[in-house]
Amino acid sequence: MPNSPERSGRPARVTLGGDGPLLVEGPVEVVGDDGTLYTSRRFTAAICTCRKTRTHPWCDTSHRRRVKPEPHPDDATDRTDGTDRTDGTDRTDGAA
Amino acid sequence: MPAYREPRRRSPALPAPRGPLSGEVIAALRTGEAPRAHAAGDADPFGDDLQLALYVLYELHYQGFEDVDEEHEWDPALLGLRRSLEQPFLAALREGTGTDGDVEAALAGLLVEPVGDDGHSVSHFLRHDGELWHLREYAALRSLYHLKEADPHAWVIPRLYGRAKAAMVAVEFDEFGAGREADIHARLYADLMGDLSLETAYGHYLDAAPADVLATVNLMSLFGLHRSLRGALVGHFAAVEVTSSPGSRRLAAALKRVGAGPAAQRFYDEHVEADAVHEQVVRRDVIGGLLADEPHLEPDIAFGIEATGLLEDRLATRLLAAWRSNSTALRGPLD
Repeated sequence: MPNSPERSGRPARVTLGGDGPLLVEGPVEVVGDDGTLYTSRRFTAAICTCRKTRTHPWCDTSHRRRVKPEPHPDDATDRTDGTDRTDGTDRTDGAA
Repeated sequence: MPAYREPRRRSPALPAPRGPLSGEVIAALRTGEAPRAHAAGDADPFGDDLQLALYVLYELHYQGFEDVDEEHEWDPALLGLRRSLEQPFLAALREGTGTDGDVEAALAGLLVEPVGDDGHSVSHFLRHDGELWHLREYAALRSLYHLKEADPHAWVIPRLYGRAKAAMVAVEFDEFGAGREADIHARLYADLMGDLSLETAYGHYLDAAPADVLATVNLMSLFGLHRSLRGALVGHFAAVEVTSSPGSRRLAAALKRVGAGPAAQRFYDEHVEADAVHEQVVRRDVIGGLLADEPHLEPDIAFGIEATGLLEDRLATRLLAAWRSNSTALRGPLD
């Protein structure tokens, strides 16, 4: 079972993931540069390595490669209202 | 905060029929008599009638309906009818995907982020132009899935083993609150609905949901209930987990902008972080494990990924067309 106390006694596993985050078996504490303590009680935590995340220190998928979308008749990419439009894609809009 | 009211404490009433097939199914459940229809005929596989008939039949495996005998779940005549509805649905999905069976290729398109809004994404629309009524409609429609979030995927667990099973169960454990009732994702969703002043009773918005919404949920039930489609179920799960983090961040921003309460934001904030983890685990160990054990399932996994995209694209087209013409995306007014 994830988060089981039975893990005590065996080392926590860290998985290196290409250009993605470090995967660390949880629960885990991360200490930031300024001494701030972050805690994740998840079965696995994904720790950002690209430094682009907006949910520091946890991965938020900001490492993904960015591509220009296909133009679309109703497209709104030329709008200049100053809002951030580079916040990612989805074919599905739901949460999991 | 008011005391939590469990959405699934009661089963919903049967919905209103949308044609002869759904009419037969609903009448059979109401009267206990065998359905007379045995085939889908020329019904549109993505249309309201077939999708509602299928939805009602699948729902017998989850929460059932008020005053409907629970034994109908295994009624051979109803199961036979269900099969005759599943076949054209599945055929239409296969026709609409035309996958070349390559999982890497199917996932690759989901693992990049467009610079800007391509005009097809619901979460981009809501992030930038969404008003409170759009978000309420969206939350009401998605409640058909999210009030049973991750339940359809639990069907696949007995069909997996080894690495794929261990990883799938770990992700599902997170979805089901990691041992804490208050953190079950379906419950976080009910809290979100409460923040948006929506009715949280399970199935309340079924009559309001167009076929394109029903199809996205029927897809999960279809893949989940058939062992032969276990690869497609895993592909579906991966597609949702991979795309959830960035989409959830946009929805959290939209909710914040329209002044929704903290529970509404928490649901999506939780998914930004959780699904960044789930994506990694599902790709690496659920798909990786399943491909190592059963490499012949690769085309099915790719099919599951692409079928998810097909139905989500259809739904997005419907929602955006309605909202851009300033009209409701629901079949009837919200309240």
